[in-house]
Amino acid sequence: MPKKTPFYDIHIKNNGKIVDFAGYLMPVQFEGIIPEHEAVRSSVGLFDVSHMGEIEIRGNDRIKFTNYVTTNDVAKLTVNQVHYSTMLYPDAGIVDDLLVYNLQDRIFLVVNAANTDKDYKWILDNKKYDVEIKNVSDDIGQLAIQGPKSESVMQKLFDFGLSELQYYWATETKMKGIPVILSRTGYTGEDGFEVYLDRQYAIQAWDMVMDAGKEFEIKPVGLGARDTLRFEMRYCLYGNDIDKTTNPLEAGLGWIVKFDKGDFIGRGNLLKVKETGIKRKLVGFEVVDTGIPRPHQEIHNEIRKVGSVTSGTFSPSLKKGIGIGFVDLPFNKVGTKLNVIGKNPIVVEIIKGPFYKQGTHK
Amino acid sequence: MANIIDSVKYTKEHEWVKVEGDIAVQGITDYAQSELSDIVMVEPPAVGIKVKAGEATGTIEAVKAVSDLFAGISGEVIEVNDKVVADPSIINKDPYGEGWLYKVKLEDPKEFETLLTPEQYKELIAKH
Repeated sequence: MPKKTPFYDIHIKNNGKIVDFAGYLMPVQFEGIIPEHEAVRSSVGLFDVSHMGEIEIRGNDRIKFTNYVTTNDVAKLTVNQVHYSTMLYPDAGIVDDLLVYNLQDRIFLVVNAANTDKDYKWILDNKKYDVEIKNVSDDIGQLAIQGPKSESVMQKLFDFGLSELQYYWATETKMKGIPVILSRTGYTGEDGFEVYLDRQYAIQAWDMVMDAGKEFEIKPVGLGARDTLRFEMRYCLYGNDIDKTTNPLEAGLGWIVKFDKGDFIGRGNLLKVKETGIKRKLVGFEVVDTGIPRPHQEIHNEIRKVGSVTSGTFSPSLKKGIGIGFVDLPFNKVGTKLNVIGKNPIVVEIIKGPFYKQGTHK
Repeated sequence: MANIIDSVKYTKEHEWVKVEGDIAVQGITDYAQSELSDIVMVEPPAVGIKVKAGEATGTIEAVKAVSDLFAGISGEVIEVNDKVVADPSIINKDPYGEGWLYKVKLEDPKEFETLLTPEQYKELIAKH
């Protein structure tokens, strides 16, 4: 049986189109992917992201232990700071990508819905030092408020200046009386916040945010637009762009791997990859003429297969097809033109950085 | 609930066909546009092409999905709706009206009789 998030009844009331995603009944869209996408780019949108998993690590050695199971350097985080990281298998394949919150009394990991049980087991199996590990996913509801107007909306619900809360920082506070973890984070490329709360307060919180957002025409946003928004920023999606067969270096995630921090799971084999050099690279590409790349399609040069598409979609902001995929070196160079083999070949050009470059994230 | 209108006939691939004299207008149903949602590209068959009922004649792409376009009825394409090619979102807004896709000169008017009635089409989508 798929699980329901605490906002399920609200989605039904809002005519959400419900799908089973990673074992959760989630709204894929309300009004439509494009209008929801545009609301987030131009004003503000509200997402139920309660399917995401949350794992708490407590105890004296929580920083040392988290540093052992993840690739970024947790010791560099000040209290209430957040960073993006990966967890690796010993062969350097990716277990998951995640956010690490260094809260006052605990480390708070936010992981992909489909991976929560696997990640929790992985962390438990590798437990050492003085730590306690708990999967708190089922107790927590999560909302994301994203868009250039998100600060104006959320400011109405907090009695301190939200401009003080910088990008990738968090605070444990109260939202009109409801205890929450509030962070300035998101998966859209726009300025925005994520709120974690006990599920008993979920509906109350949803109504509060919708009410505060009324003057900015806030819209509920489904997973469809969540995907097109993340895609335009070229953020990776686990299960599509990265998985246990990909390592962070070829996925372009070398910036969240800190080899000099000491030992961590996967370090030895990833170091070998670094020394011998990667053979393929995850790249972003835009369609030159018409067509939309789709996952699993092959990528060819004039002679042979040189890669395959991992994610493909239509970009509502750029109004054209965009894709992410692995290509063999040296065909990963920016400006290289390749063919995606669909029903008709689609000419694509490898680009640098995000597809959408006007994001308002700080 | 998907809108099913009485003035056209349907196919199991979710196209609709309307006959006016020896011309047939074809498009996709409200159910199809709602399943695809956010249509961003449509390639109907070009003028001059002879399409055969039931065969794939073009493609229709939405943000999240791609689908073949099947001919509902056989004939030679005499007109394509350039407005929907330029702005495919019209299909989402008005699938039976402004969102029509192309017109053919009928090859065999009797083919129209074999298409699904609104009631039969209603039954078909009820199973989905």
